[in-house]
Amino acid sequence: MQKNNILSLEDVSISYGKFEAVKNIFCNFKKGDITSLIGPSGCGKSTVLRSLNRMNDLIPNCSLKGTVLFDGTNIYDKRVDPVEVRRRIGMVFQQPNPFPKSIYENIAFGARINGYVGDMDDLVELSLKKAALWSECKDKLNDSGYSLSGGQQQRLCIARTIAIEPEIILMDEPCSALDPISTLKIEETMHELKKNYTIIIVTHNMQQALRVSDMTAFFNAIEYEDGDGGKVGYLAEFNSTKKIFSSPKEKTTQEYISGKFG
Amino acid sequence: MNSLFYQKNSPRNIGDKVFTSLSLICVVIAILPLIFLVTYILIKGGAQITPELFTLEPNPPGDDLDAGGINPALIGTLIITTIASIIAIPVGVGGGIYLAEYSKGGPFSRFIRFGVNVLAGVPSIIAGVFIYALIVSTKILFGSMYSGLAGGMALSILMLPTVIKTTDEGLKLVPNELRYASLGVGASMYTTILKITLPSAFRSIATGVVLGIARAAGETAPLIFTALFSYYYITGFGDLFYEMGSLAVLIYNFALEPYDAQNQLAWAASFILVLSILSVNIFSRILAALTEKTKRV
Repeated sequence: MQKNNILSLEDVSISYGKFEAVKNIFCNFKKGDITSLIGPSGCGKSTVLRSLNRMNDLIPNCSLKGTVLFDGTNIYDKRVDPVEVRRRIGMVFQQPNPFPKSIYENIAFGARINGYVGDMDDLVELSLKKAALWSECKDKLNDSGYSLSGGQQQRLCIARTIAIEPEIILMDEPCSALDPISTLKIEETMHELKKNYTIIIVTHNMQQALRVSDMTAFFNAIEYEDGDGGKVGYLAEFNSTKKIFSSPKEKTTQEYISGKFG
Repeated sequence: MNSLFYQKNSPRNIGDKVFTSLSLICVVIAILPLIFLVTYILIKGGAQITPELFTLEPNPPGDDLDAGGINPALIGTLIITTIASIIAIPVGVGGGIYLAEYSKGGPFSRFIRFGVNVLAGVPSIIAGVFIYALIVSTKILFGSMYSGLAGGMALSILMLPTVIKTTDEGLKLVPNELRYASLGVGASMYTTILKITLPSAFRSIATGVVLGIARAAGETAPLIFTALFSYYYITGFGDLFYEMGSLAVLIYNFALEPYDAQNQLAWAASFILVLSILSVNIFSRILAALTEKTKRV
């Protein structure tokens, strides 16, 4: 079955000021897939992830060349409203960052500002259920989001993102601050979410990429041609997770996944 | 071989003792004026506190022994500081929001931050002279000259830098993750600021605002040029456009009178002023302490 591309990067280069972080990325993300972005530190995978819903706009001096096609529209077109982009492409961050509000309000906030008109109680319940958090917090919806454990907070952040009904959920190392049990729960949540959403996840944990994702993109960094020691990231290999981990085409991919560097 | 035991008479240990005592003496000298000032005012002024003090008008200086009360000055100080707050808080918080949230650290915002620091150092009398030239002498406010309104404007100039700086710094303390979280669920910049960042920084901003109010309430020089002084009760809204008394100016006027009754009244007013500024400061400390607590969650 041929899945449709939901998001395509066409010759994308991103730079911070004069420093080029990633160069000439071509990549297609398929609808309904979980795609992992893996690679050594400094290869620009987080930068690429943030560029997918224009989060990079918030970083001074960050500029992007190329096209990011979402739903047939270049989201870097001058006429595009980044707020609208972020409503349709949600994001979960590395550190759990609930709002300093109640659990209920954490979820209702995003929905309300997005003009949700249905029953808010239902939406909160549904979102928490989808994020596998409902049974743990249904009796304390009015407690502060901070009263939850780190893993629960991260699932609250996922629930908050689901509540705005995005088409794509971006996750930037969502489990790096969590213990293995919480990580497992989040991964289970991701499997559930896969039915309705497209997920793109940055991870340092190759086992996690192997466990959760259908497709894997391996990013690497090479030194500049002029040789002053700076590095620029590029997409080394992009294929199904199975192929990347069992029979990678590139030598560097092989070396990275077997732990020789990175 | 030196002994490991403490040598009382070694030059090093003597020098250490001398230096410690010196700095202790300095700190005592530094704190003495505050202790003397507060106790002196409490004793001198505290003795004058009567219920009539808060209800009566002050009597014009003269031979009659009774100096009256400070009601108009007390109410005047409240009104003038309120006017100053109404002007300075929205403008200051707005400016602080621009600096912390919208500006990207370019030359313009650097210039504004520098300007705010300069404004914070401007002597208060200059603020008074400025409003005198701008409003009082031109009669631009519906033909009124000296007025409570002009006084409030002069004080607002003094409050502005404190409010801008504390808003700027309070907002900068809000972690960026919180902004990203809000923008990440599709909130616009202004929703993020109004619903997420400002509430998170509310207490530190409130602390700064309260300190700004406390500073303004005790100013005399800018009011001499703008609100002047009045002996009469404040009866209605229209009084805003006329001369208005204030505690600080009452102290200034009556302390210089040759009559004992007026001097006593000045002491009483000092007592009230010091007490209220002290309590406002303590209030801001409590607010700040609460901020510390919430930051740790």
